[in-house]
Amino acid sequence: MTVDTLRLSAEEANGLLTRREASSDEIYRAYLDAIGERDPELHAFLYVCENDPGEGIPIAVKDVIGTRGIPTTAGSKILESYIPVYDSTVIANCRERGLRVIGKTNTDEFAMGSSTENSAFGPSHNPWDPSRVPGGSGGGSAAAVSAGLAPWALGSDTGGSIKQPAALCGHVGLRPTYGTVSRYGVVAFASSLDQVGPVARNVRDCAFLYSVISGRDENDSTTVDVPAVELPTAEDLKGLRIGVPKEMNGAAGIEGGVTAAVQSALELAESLGASVEECSLPRSVDYGVACYYLVAPAEASANLARYDGVRYGLRDDGADFREMVMKTRDAGLGDEPKRRIMIGAYALSAGYYDAYYGTAQKVRTVIKREHDALFERFDVLVSPTSPTVAFPIGAKIDDPVAMYMNDVLTIPSCMAGLPGLNIPCGLSEGLPVGLQLIGPQFGENTIFRAAHALEQAIGFDVVPERLR
Amino acid sequence: MARITRDEVLHVARLARIELSDDEVAKFQEQLANILEAVSKVSELDLSDVPPTAHPLEIANAWAEDVPRDCLPLDEVFANAPDRDGDYFRTPPA
Repeated sequence: MTVDTLRLSAEEANGLLTRREASSDEIYRAYLDAIGERDPELHAFLYVCENDPGEGIPIAVKDVIGTRGIPTTAGSKILESYIPVYDSTVIANCRERGLRVIGKTNTDEFAMGSSTENSAFGPSHNPWDPSRVPGGSGGGSAAAVSAGLAPWALGSDTGGSIKQPAALCGHVGLRPTYGTVSRYGVVAFASSLDQVGPVARNVRDCAFLYSVISGRDENDSTTVDVPAVELPTAEDLKGLRIGVPKEMNGAAGIEGGVTAAVQSALELAESLGASVEECSLPRSVDYGVACYYLVAPAEASANLARYDGVRYGLRDDGADFREMVMKTRDAGLGDEPKRRIMIGAYALSAGYYDAYYGTAQKVRTVIKREHDALFERFDVLVSPTSPTVAFPIGAKIDDPVAMYMNDVLTIPSCMAGLPGLNIPCGLSEGLPVGLQLIGPQFGENTIFRAAHALEQAIGFDVVPERLR
Repeated sequence: MARITRDEVLHVARLARIELSDDEVAKFQEQLANILEAVSKVSELDLSDVPPTAHPLEIANAWAEDVPRDCLPLDEVFANAPDRDGDYFRTPPA
């Protein structure tokens, strides 16, 4: 039995297993072979597990998610030698289902970035065109799933780190409703925003993996009970009310090819029975990025205070405690965490707190209210996920503000705590275009149903053209 | 252009416990100024009647049962420690 890792969905891989057409070891080995063949070019993985225990199929795991006995670096030199002594809850959930960790995937350092170029261990490459970025921060998980190096993966999303790489690599990724997936054992970036979520080749796999990892966890007091997940089967969109926020579909910087692919998907949605109506998020898009780049760095500056060279991670020499801490953090943290920690410290500091952090928290209320109002009238909101297709490595790395604008369309719903899912909806210049579906709080089942029907109708081939 | 002085960069770096080289100070001064200019956009809105949002879920008082649970063994707690002295993390003197 040959295991065609480029083509297999997780559901199909699991089918091989249950029908005894391939053993767990044979499937695991096939993905290891694929990694051996294609990862030298893609650098999706920071660590490959030679033989992780379990009876099921493999899963790739973003390297911000703690794995007992397996290095977890968060893409940072400061955690280069860190080996967790316990599993995060999401990994424990995966292990209960027999899933085997095949490796840890590359990420921008501490999940801060949208290209993986901020990884201390070098960028990952887009399987559709290795001279381009796979998106970020979860570019490693995205490249791995896209290139058939894993049937599915776990990512984490603070302002777009699952959705945007899924868009740039042409597959499915869900950022779940805040509070539905445990953050216990996950390296913290911005705790009021961070969510772990599934990265998959199709919507059914995505929904299934979400059902595995979601639910209340006594080790994360921000988690809540989650509605039972329904694996989508619908082929039509009858009765679905789609809102098309004009600011998210007409924002400056959206490429023509991206707009065209999204328009075709909307026409397809109408032909499947959905009603499609323009609506407005007047301030969420204009002010979302500014709001995010105050709230997230403020939380990061507190969360990353723990990297002090005392209990784990890198330690540099210093004559006294303070000098040791400051040298450790200078040596161990890259430019992007340093920038964000300093912006956060500035926004929280005496004299600036009200003008920056306090104001951003109020803008967050405005963004949440605008979204809540739209979900009185609509079941899902639709827009491009990323304003552009995958951009060349190096194109934006020296301009932090330009890099931040990659997330202009993913950030607003993250600030509101809402679920968002990317499905591929076409090609522009030979590169995938992503469609973003945003649902109301706990609206995952609605999103899965809509995305599944659209996915069937679009018929996008998730295997990168150059690998077919 | 939002301005941030060299002294302010050094001040926030100290608050954040990050030692910066002279080259880093110059680079970050320019980059932080650009970022602060971009995020200052939040001040354009009239927010006088708007309460802050710290968290997207309306949950309060998520209680846990007050029951002792097993802790990690000390050897595991110290497994990643840069410097251990018995049951203590050892650091340079304060």
